[in-house]
Amino acid sequence: MDERIRVLVAKPGLDGHDRGAKVIARALRDAGMEVIYTGLRQTPDMIVNAALQEDAQVIGLSILSGAHNAIVPRVMELLREKGMSDVLVIVGGIIPDEDAAELKRQGVAAVFQPGASLEEIVQFIRSSVPEAA
Amino acid sequence: MYQGRLWTMRQFAGFGTPEETNQRYRYLLEQGQTGLSVAFDLPTLMGYDADHPNSAGEAGKCGVAISSLEDMETLFRGIPLGEVTVSMTVNSPAAVVWAMYLAVAQQQGVDWAGISGTIQNDILKEYIAQKEYIYPPRPSMRLVTDTIEFAAQRVPRFNPISISGYHIREAGSTAVQELAFTLRDGIEYAEWAIERGLAVDSFAGRLSFFFNAHNDFFEEIAKYRAARRMWAHIMRERFGAREERSMKLRFHAQTAGCSLTWQQPYNNVARTALEALAAVLGGAQSLHTNSMDEAYALPSEHAVTLALRTQQVIAYETGVTATPDPLGGSYFLERLTTEVENAAQDYIRRIDEMGGMIPAIERGFPQREIAEASYEFQRSLETGERKVVGVNAFQEEAGQPIELLEMDESAGRRQEEKLGALRKRRSGARVAATLDGLRRAAEGKENTMPAILDAVRAYATLGEICQALADVFGVYQEKSIL
Repeated sequence: MDERIRVLVAKPGLDGHDRGAKVIARALRDAGMEVIYTGLRQTPDMIVNAALQEDAQVIGLSILSGAHNAIVPRVMELLREKGMSDVLVIVGGIIPDEDAAELKRQGVAAVFQPGASLEEIVQFIRSSVPEAA
Repeated sequence: MYQGRLWTMRQFAGFGTPEETNQRYRYLLEQGQTGLSVAFDLPTLMGYDADHPNSAGEAGKCGVAISSLEDMETLFRGIPLGEVTVSMTVNSPAAVVWAMYLAVAQQQGVDWAGISGTIQNDILKEYIAQKEYIYPPRPSMRLVTDTIEFAAQRVPRFNPISISGYHIREAGSTAVQELAFTLRDGIEYAEWAIERGLAVDSFAGRLSFFFNAHNDFFEEIAKYRAARRMWAHIMRERFGAREERSMKLRFHAQTAGCSLTWQQPYNNVARTALEALAAVLGGAQSLHTNSMDEAYALPSEHAVTLALRTQQVIAYETGVTATPDPLGGSYFLERLTTEVENAAQDYIRRIDEMGGMIPAIERGFPQREIAEASYEFQRSLETGERKVVGVNAFQEEAGQPIELLEMDESAGRRQEEKLGALRKRRSGARVAATLDGLRRAAEGKENTMPAILDAVRAYATLGEICQALADVFGVYQEKSIL
């Protein structure tokens, strides 16, 4: 079985600025992970279903529009409903400190703000996901 | 050139409800700003009303929420549209938003022949870079052509399109790619308008451009100079334009949003000033300077005033406005201009060989080129080959505190309430009839603008009008390209 870490990179909401999502997706792939990029305008339902189907261990959400407080909690709720709480959720984008703290309280593993390095994100995923059996 | 007239100082603004944005506009005009520029929220840009489920959490966030003619009336209350020029950054639903604007002008008693401004209306760069599209490329191009034709015939001082490299660059392209893809998009619009039966000199003078002002100082100036030279050749040789006006490339510039840093945000004032200076030395007709806090949020009033003052310092204190093309003749800059031109020319040739910009987009060519460049850029930051002050060099442990715009989270709810009341008050029969008329116009070959105007005046909402067009045109889904 493929032992690579499986990451779903998703871009929820109406915003189409996908530069960050694409750069991260390529960086994770270059770091040896299996990356599935969902493309644009994914609803929380679509994202969680895709993660289920793709057996993703990590969901990376890219949000720049300020809609994170409406979108991320819904994703977390759906993951709990489907018994997928073991999936690591990380968020990247323009997320103010106080919102980042709140998202973490809701179960988000990490929030990467502007200026975070690719290496930092790769290391975080590697150290947080148990090696696939 | 600035001796006769300075560039237009046009700060892009919009947030929350039309009432709040109207107040910001009046403030900016009082501070000496000379034109308005409307930022719409994401639901508006995607053709959704504020009360659509997909608008949840987004209404009024990244710009002002406009769902109907009523909102547009509020947005420009007390602002004389015959005197102020207004730029509206909207693409897929541009024809609808423009129709709302024209209807408000009419209500104010202003003749369409006398109003001036710009709608961005550049759908090709949406498929290439910013991704705010609704319909597939060909029906979208038909809508754009409808507006170009309508402007040429009825609103002759209005720029029906602003062919934009800005977003291509923000998506991570190089300067050469920005220039090449933008001019090739311009060629595509001109071809469609000529195909429609318009004489090139009847519309070409109203094609306007929008470029990024990024931080590689000389390369940016070279880019603007190359753009003017290339467009003049394209117009004269490729399209047989005869009037000088058609060959002139007029452009708006905005400093690079992606150059702003979250770390040490006050440094952004210096970055923006230098980028703005490049745009001025490159001969921009209109300029937006970013605010120092925009890596965090929409700008505060304090930050946007400082950004405007930055332009005023350049305009009134530095003396750089005294000479047109002041760097012309410099060995370095002339050579750089030619290099940028040749490299851009090469891209244009390749896209021509693919059969034009639409086939190139369909095969993901510009998208892939940009993704490649943005990844390279990020790698160069990671390795430290490229330095960004405060981010990977000269870092500070403690953050710099900065005061941000407090957003009123209730904007979405208030918009929903107003829209609910409007839906009850208006004539449902008239809305239905005008939307049917629009569907018929869209199915045929006629210009859709008159039917869109009818629907707007009946207070059909933006979402309803965009949906009526989607009933006929379908919607576009891009293949995700990594």
